[in-house]
Amino acid sequence: MPTTTRTVEIALGTSGLDAEGKPTRTPLTVGASGAVTPAAPAVESGPDLAGEHMLINIGPQHPATHGVLRLVLELDGEMVVRCIPHIGYLHCGFEKIGEYRQYNQIIPWTDREDYLNAIGNNCAFALGAERLFGIDITPRCTVLRVMAMELSRIASHLVWLGTTCIDIGAFTPFLWSFQERERVYDLLEQWVGARMTTSATRVGGMAADIPDGWTDKLRDFVRTFPKTIDEVDRMLTRNGIWVGRTVGLGAMSADDAVNYGLSGSLLRASGVAYDVRKDFPYLDYETYDFDVPVGVHGDVYDRYLVRVEELRQSTRILAQALERLPDGPVNVDDHRVVLPPKTKAMSDMESMIHHFKQVMEGARPPIGESYVAVESPRGEKGYYMVSDGTAKPVRWRIRPPSMINLSAIPKMTEGYLLSDLIAINASIDIVMGEIDR
Amino acid sequence: MAVTAGGAPGRTVATYDPPGSENWLTTRLDALINWGRAGSLWPMPFGTACCAIEFMATAATRFDLARFGMERLGYTPRQADVLICAGRVPLKLAPVLRRIWEQMPQPKWCISMGACASSGGMFDNYAVVQGIDTIIPVDVYVPGCPPRPEGLLYGILMLQEKVRRERLRDTETRDEMQVDPDTGLYIPAPAIDELAEPFGNSVHQTRSGL
Amino acid sequence: MSVAQLPGSAAPDYAPVTPRQLPYMNGTPNPSAAALRERFPDAVTRVDVIWGETSVYVDGPRLLEVVRWLHDDRTQRYDYLADITAVEFRDPERPIEAIWHLRSLPFRRFLRLKVELDKRAPLSVESVWPVYKSADWMERECYDMFGITFRGHPDLRRILLWEQYKEGFPLRKDFPLRGRFSRSEQLKQALAAAPESRYSLEELDIAQAFEDLPDDMRRRLAAGEKTGE
Repeated sequence: MPTTTRTVEIALGTSGLDAEGKPTRTPLTVGASGAVTPAAPAVESGPDLAGEHMLINIGPQHPATHGVLRLVLELDGEMVVRCIPHIGYLHCGFEKIGEYRQYNQIIPWTDREDYLNAIGNNCAFALGAERLFGIDITPRCTVLRVMAMELSRIASHLVWLGTTCIDIGAFTPFLWSFQERERVYDLLEQWVGARMTTSATRVGGMAADIPDGWTDKLRDFVRTFPKTIDEVDRMLTRNGIWVGRTVGLGAMSADDAVNYGLSGSLLRASGVAYDVRKDFPYLDYETYDFDVPVGVHGDVYDRYLVRVEELRQSTRILAQALERLPDGPVNVDDHRVVLPPKTKAMSDMESMIHHFKQVMEGARPPIGESYVAVESPRGEKGYYMVSDGTAKPVRWRIRPPSMINLSAIPKMTEGYLLSDLIAINASIDIVMGEIDR
Repeated sequence: MAVTAGGAPGRTVATYDPPGSENWLTTRLDALINWGRAGSLWPMPFGTACCAIEFMATAATRFDLARFGMERLGYTPRQADVLICAGRVPLKLAPVLRRIWEQMPQPKWCISMGACASSGGMFDNYAVVQGIDTIIPVDVYVPGCPPRPEGLLYGILMLQEKVRRERLRDTETRDEMQVDPDTGLYIPAPAIDELAEPFGNSVHQTRSGL
Repeated sequence: MSVAQLPGSAAPDYAPVTPRQLPYMNGTPNPSAAALRERFPDAVTRVDVIWGETSVYVDGPRLLEVVRWLHDDRTQRYDYLADITAVEFRDPERPIEAIWHLRSLPFRRFLRLKVELDKRAPLSVESVWPVYKSADWMERECYDMFGITFRGHPDLRRILLWEQYKEGFPLRKDFPLRGRFSRSEQLKQALAAAPESRYSLEELDIAQAFEDLPDDMRRRLAAGEKTGE
């Protein structure tokens, strides 16, 4: 079949440049004949530009939203007039599943929920469950859990640092922080066998004691980590680009911050010195010598300074914990909740029965409820659990700090530019796993 | 060239006919194209949860994705080759994943990273898709919760091997999935229900109940 | 910022310590419980102290009044709302309890308020959003998971699940773990929902104001559809 050639004329309407040689911004519309013509100029060029507001959608799949967050923005040019966040794209029914699992079986779930603070969540949940059971943990376990939580805080802040830098445009600190994180991962892997989803605690103690030589490796880490913090500090803190991109953005006043229920570095950057470790302490934090950095303005730069200083303070706590680690058992001597050693379970009838009952039925706490809050890297992380005397909780509630922090984002971003919105979003330090659960 | 073996009634007749369109030139062309594709699979990280952090760790300095030509992450699906679904996919995110997959131009592949993307993982409840292969076609499954970076790299190597085995004569390799317009599913509904059933000796997933 | 808001500023002599050996029942109650009993004798039905935490049961219709007093009064100053949630018990006779966790940062106190909601009546309680802005998303989540309506909330709609989610309220005990529908049915409904291709009422207002609305959205808005999400 013979082919014929066709010539198609594409009418662009204009050359794209106006009389002064500047590019035209008139929108093109498709006319009745199918020809593309420029619409009548809807905007006047010049300083007082009164144009349309755009409604645009960021996410849920987007590199800079730190997870599956959807932001619908009303933009006046580049300026954000209104920001409407939508969450729920990572809702996986954690709290529902918690009602169908024994207390020790819930521990792996706490890893996945705030995955950057996995071992910290394990410790927090174990504290809550232990309160529900009425158990006080051993001194050695107390110090080990402090070490775990501070290591976790360091790892989480490093992710925050890396991803915030990428969002603002600096790629190198991302590689530095992930390299340091690999060292934390090595320590955790030597202890519990997993890098991120550690499931390190059990009700009444820990899954395993630290191996020989682990404290030396931690000592090495504590000795060398401040050099990396100094490097990052040198690169960013007085860097004109960094300061220009972060100062003055997204400030929340202290009264607003408290009323919006903000917590963590966000609240402290706004000037409110609320740290759960100091105000409602747990794991003997009142006996450790550490400071809580508090900002003044509450903008993105202050949040950055607060978190970097928190890295230093965490290292300080780790050094103190290393000094005071006592010998002794890690787990409580309570056969209701703690599995007997394998050798005894295989030889001694009573231990075998305890093992059987704990694994098949689960340990049963008395009827009651407990709310234990810890200072996670994101803020006040609370686990509220209600028991009706059975092995599975009636209700397991996670108080998600980043969800409540994120709910203030419309207030924080109005009036700022689109690129500022990205920086402000990064400074809140959200983890969608915790927000949506 | 065809070789036929005939036979008496009752005997099987086998016909050996190598695909007529393959020759030395097409195999060299295949090798070239597949080498190019396998060596520079630009990933589209559809990272949702913990696996996304392990993916980032794989891309960082210790495990380095750049040596596989994959350091250029295409966050826009239009410029990506392989969708790495890292993390659990809840039902609310399912249409988003489907749309991202449809926006990717051929040739495209999919790596399902982690237990949750491959089968729903530990989330056998009302909210989570029991395996993204119920929504989009998957090429490589990487098990783990989360998979170690070495595990993900092994999955990437498997995908590269799969890419190298593609042939130009297989015209169906680059066909899009056929989605049923009424339901939106591309595999039959009974198959999805069967895949998603809790499996094993006990219908219940824990020893002591649901 | 107000110095009075600093944690511990109203009780400077109290140095908090890690709680140990907490009594199961009948521990020392939070002083606010006694103050509430005195101020609202008819609204406070019960006070429990379990593992050192004080829970005050409040009569439903009086909740906002009680919360406002706890926030405003100079001797209480519960300026921080930590959490709002609800609990449904396995015993079908027990009512659903709606829970508020309050903190007083100046006094370093923690208090739990509870309201019992009868399951036979529609679940409804007053919103504390006028007092605490943090209640916004927490109450939406409570509605999403339990179906509790918060009267006075500015924008009560589902937050974690999509608006047209048909299976029900997941954290209710009569809602099965794997959902009510089959997996293929759930997928079908999820793929049809596509929440990010719809906008909520607030967003439609924005577009409407600038005549930027696609036709089908304009029709839906004109037909009085409450939210499009």
